[in-house]
Amino acid sequence: MKALASPPHPYRTANRLITVSGSRASGNPAVIVFFSINKEAAMDYSPLWISLKVALLATIFTFVFGILAARYVVRLKRFQGLIDGLFTLPMILPPTVVGFILLLIFGKNGWIGKLLGLMNVTVVFTWIAAVIAATVVSFPILYRTVRGAFEEVDADMIHAARTLGLKESAIFFRIVLPNVVPSLIAGTILAFARALGEFGTTIMIAGNIPGRTQTMAVAVYTAVQAGNRELAYQWMLIICAISFSSMFLINLVNSRHRRNSVRRGVL
Amino acid sequence: MALEVNIRKKLGSFTLDVAFSAKAEWMGILGASGCGKSMTLKCIAGIETPDAGYIRYNGRTLFDSAQKINLPPRLRRVGYLFQSYALFPHMTVLKNIMIGIPRSETNPMSVAEQAMERLCLQGLASKRPDQLSGGQQQRVALARLLASQPDMILLDEPFSALDSHLKWKLEQELTQAMSSFRGTLLMVSHNRDELYRMCETLCVFDNGHIDAAGGMHDVFKNPGTVQAALLSGCKNICRAEILSSRTLRAADWDMVLELPRPIPPDTRYVGIRRHDVRLHSALGTHANTAPVHVIGEVDNMFSYVATVSAQNAASGEAGQIECETGKEGWLKLREKPLFVELPKEYLLLLR
Repeated sequence: MKALASPPHPYRTANRLITVSGSRASGNPAVIVFFSINKEAAMDYSPLWISLKVALLATIFTFVFGILAARYVVRLKRFQGLIDGLFTLPMILPPTVVGFILLLIFGKNGWIGKLLGLMNVTVVFTWIAAVIAATVVSFPILYRTVRGAFEEVDADMIHAARTLGLKESAIFFRIVLPNVVPSLIAGTILAFARALGEFGTTIMIAGNIPGRTQTMAVAVYTAVQAGNRELAYQWMLIICAISFSSMFLINLVNSRHRRNSVRRGVL
Repeated sequence: MALEVNIRKKLGSFTLDVAFSAKAEWMGILGASGCGKSMTLKCIAGIETPDAGYIRYNGRTLFDSAQKINLPPRLRRVGYLFQSYALFPHMTVLKNIMIGIPRSETNPMSVAEQAMERLCLQGLASKRPDQLSGGQQQRVALARLLASQPDMILLDEPFSALDSHLKWKLEQELTQAMSSFRGTLLMVSHNRDELYRMCETLCVFDNGHIDAAGGMHDVFKNPGTVQAALLSGCKNICRAEILSSRTLRAADWDMVLELPRPIPPDTRYVGIRRHDVRLHSALGTHANTAPVHVIGEVDNMFSYVATVSAQNAASGEAGQIECETGKEGWLKLREKPLFVELPKEYLLLLR
């Protein structure tokens, strides 16, 4: 167990995991057991902290890159459709395929993986890989929401700002962004929810290493596969509680914003 | 010459090709919608880029396709009043005005206060645009424009978004607020009365080119072309056949008309404004008079508009003459034999 939990090499570990699962598939061959859980032991809450850490970081990255990408695409004069398609791809592709592509890029022989290898940095099968996976998958949601909002901004307002002598950067931060706040909030919530629930891409590139890369979504899967219903219920409740309360919190923020807007008459 | 514009721009099947100049004066641009008048303003402000030509103002080149100069809008120092006012909805009135004040200004607060005072906005500084009426929004937009200290001012249909009963007051307020402005002011409108009241010179646009230009009174007195005459409100226009140097036949009206001065050889139409047409109950000694019958009448608030036609005039609208008369005069005339007089000094000779 200890050897599996801290593998010497991610690929070898993956192979061994399959071997383990094959040998233990006596009762139900379809069940893949990555490791056994001691039901009597106190529940390990590490998936919760890992999930929150990963989703929060991913949301921050997605927030910054999503806004930048939306601004870039809106201002493109040519190849807009092509670039937009590229940015939206992680939303359309099966998460496992996205994970496989990331594995190719960040793996030992990938372009970025090789570069990182020179600096003695391994990303694959670490919690950083989980952050990358969650960022890539949640990015298109924020990007598309914000892009739609940017396109809705009144063109005359931008033109007016230009004739008033404002620089493009000032127009973006002082005119455009304040006018897309509701979309920005909505996009961020959805991106956070997507990052928190990420499963397919994460398991491909970050694996399922308890205490290191095992997120809540992966923990539920593992518990069910191991036949540990009790643990699965516990994680299910925790995930539902977090998802619901974050939605509630954000709706609260949103409705407060909307109420202010109504007082101002924006909506 | 303060402003010189000579630009071409192709947009699908529409081609804008205009050249005009304006001194430090108020110039009106009159034209139907889609004639390129707003596009011209946008080219001057730098919002749109012409395909070719140049735009110069007080010796500064704002655009020149030959020299590859295309100043961005923020460096042109051109104030633009948008039809929708384009206020920033998330900012208060004060912030809307402050944002355009040049960085070099040492006391921006006093500039903003002056601008608000000039447009009677003192009590509204902390309001947001959506808490204001249409007229107040326009005043905020004007205050913002003045506070940005432009060299030139462009007004794009400034009154089109307002109720008609507000227009009159706002027109006077705008004139008042802008009276101390010393540069060129261009105002685009499809309302000839507005431009006539506010501007000194006039350009008449038709389908992407300039049809007539000059002093306001000259253009209205002698529009030159059929389009300009129609846009300037002339309702009676008819084909003309030149008979001699000072007489012509108004073909559709079947009348021979005398003119006070020699007729230009390129004259193809003759027109007369409906309030210049006279009606009589007897032939008398007036020139350019013919017996007519009444086809219809419209009871306006303060006048009657009678549509009349001569015996052998062309059928349909072409042969009809509209005349506007006082209410009492018309009630005396309507049951009697009627004669129409087209006074020669009011005839418009058109190409």
